[in-house]
Amino acid sequence: MPSTTTVVVGAGHSGLAMSRCLADRSIDHVLLERGQVANSWRTQRWDSLRLLTPNWMTRLPGFGYSGDDPDGFLTAAEVAGLLNGYSEDAPVHTGTDVSRLRATEDGFEVEAGDGVWSSPTVVVAAGLTRGVVPAVADALPPQVVSLHAIDYRNPTQLPEGGVLVVGSSSSGVQIAEELHLSGRRVTMATGEHVRLPRRYRGRDILWWMDAVGILDERWDELDDILRARSLPSMQLVGGDRSLDLNALQSLGVRLTGRLAGIRDGRALFSGSLANVCRLADLKLGRLLRRIDESAGGSGERAEPTRVPDAPLDLDLRSGEIGSVVWATGVEPDHSWFDLPAFDRSGRLEHEGGVTTLPGLYVTGLPVLRRRRSTFIDGAAVDATELSRHLADHLDSRAPALPYPRRRTA
Amino acid sequence: MTTTTADNGVNVEALLGAREAITENPELGQFTWRATNTWLKGTHSRGEVEGFYGLSDEQSHTKKFVFDADHPLQFAAEDNGATPAEIVLVALGGCLTGGVASVAQQRGIQLQSVKATIEADHDLRGILGADPEVPSRFNAVRVRYEIDADASTEDVQALVAQSQKRSAVFDLLTNPTAVTVDVHTA
Repeated sequence: MPSTTTVVVGAGHSGLAMSRCLADRSIDHVLLERGQVANSWRTQRWDSLRLLTPNWMTRLPGFGYSGDDPDGFLTAAEVAGLLNGYSEDAPVHTGTDVSRLRATEDGFEVEAGDGVWSSPTVVVAAGLTRGVVPAVADALPPQVVSLHAIDYRNPTQLPEGGVLVVGSSSSGVQIAEELHLSGRRVTMATGEHVRLPRRYRGRDILWWMDAVGILDERWDELDDILRARSLPSMQLVGGDRSLDLNALQSLGVRLTGRLAGIRDGRALFSGSLANVCRLADLKLGRLLRRIDESAGGSGERAEPTRVPDAPLDLDLRSGEIGSVVWATGVEPDHSWFDLPAFDRSGRLEHEGGVTTLPGLYVTGLPVLRRRRSTFIDGAAVDATELSRHLADHLDSRAPALPYPRRRTA
Repeated sequence: MTTTTADNGVNVEALLGAREAITENPELGQFTWRATNTWLKGTHSRGEVEGFYGLSDEQSHTKKFVFDADHPLQFAAEDNGATPAEIVLVALGGCLTGGVASVAQQRGIQLQSVKATIEADHDLRGILGADPEVPSRFNAVRVRYEIDADASTEDVQALVAQSQKRSAVFDLLTNPTAVTVDVHTA
């Protein structure tokens, strides 16, 4: 059985950042990757997608953007290329799908590919690879094509007819816009959402959130971490324009309330649209005021979200809707965890990535240790702090380690 | 938002404690609300509320609450109580206002006065079966809040928005709920 000090599961930006930090500490490790480096960036993004974060925020341990377009936005393929270069010296085992993780007396066993790795520490950096589809999807009439945003590539994938986009997260608004521009009649069901202007007072909104310290807010100092972690992604698109509900309505996208159910072939929408729009506007107002308080002066305010007279139901069998795109979030796949690391609600239990099982860490999750953790830019601080914790854990173990703590070569 | 001590008569510490306890033990949070309804005469009936289930046990109010429901003279009824539809408006107002007070307390906002006016538009052709295209439910519900509080307009608006987000009755009115009705005969 091959052994190492740390098995890192996943060779995306989080796993590679961790690898760099482990290497800096001379901690022997391997990265087990189901596909190629940056697999999700290659296989689970739509064609036109660009990062939500400007290029200057594409920072990793030992890497900063040095191109000539710091305010541009990378495509998913460019991110994959970048990570490929970044992974050059990393001990990545590609095409090695991890199927089981279990605890042993002195560490962990990781079943992967044809073999089993044993190690005293494991870092799960497997990303958000599973599309969340709400249970109501089961009641969709069979003639309506159902596709999760994670499997969406471009409009040609969808059959003729109108599209119901469920969710108004970053993916929801971008996919709705793209489908509308391709000539589809698009209806977007809108629950709680996070409205942001792309630019504010002449700067990118993320520049402001970075500058005033919002992205550095710690997970253990936020009022409601569970809520912060489960918020829909910001209504942003990589580019120079804002893409909020007003912009989509101006294009001609029809809004409805949250999809609340499907009964007898009819989609039922919540009557709470006015309130979720109000909540998002108020939250945006608080953010802009906070920026103003920090920077002095004040900036422009967007028009309040226009709340249309939205339909409360829609016949899914009339042929008006040919397909549904679920922009309802992504989650990590922990189905291969064969150990007691979950709380009573079935969530992986962890404090900023430190699980309840000594030596087991998780990273690459939204708001893991900072608000910044949601972005590639957060991988550096997460990996730095978790690798320090991991090293301390190794140091605290019994002196007669069965595994080499330090690389001997 | 003020940081001085606000007192709206809401025990936020107890509520937060309950939230924590329920997070730890989700079964404590499984409640069943109950009401009985007894026909008296005509469209007059009497609803009573006393016991409920929660915190893993049978619970009880400090006393029985009684709600008479009837219809006004315009319906050729005796007007012994509010219409059930109006009682729904009472429930919505009660739920939202309770939420406003609780959220205000938690945010340290002192309330001076809170008054809501709740209106529902209702096309009676639905309940009278006069037009099969018209549903029985309300066409629209409007709530108007008049609030005097020691906070900015935006903070007060945020109170009401947050209250809607957490309100059981607001959720019930804006989203579908499965209802089953069993019948037993004497």
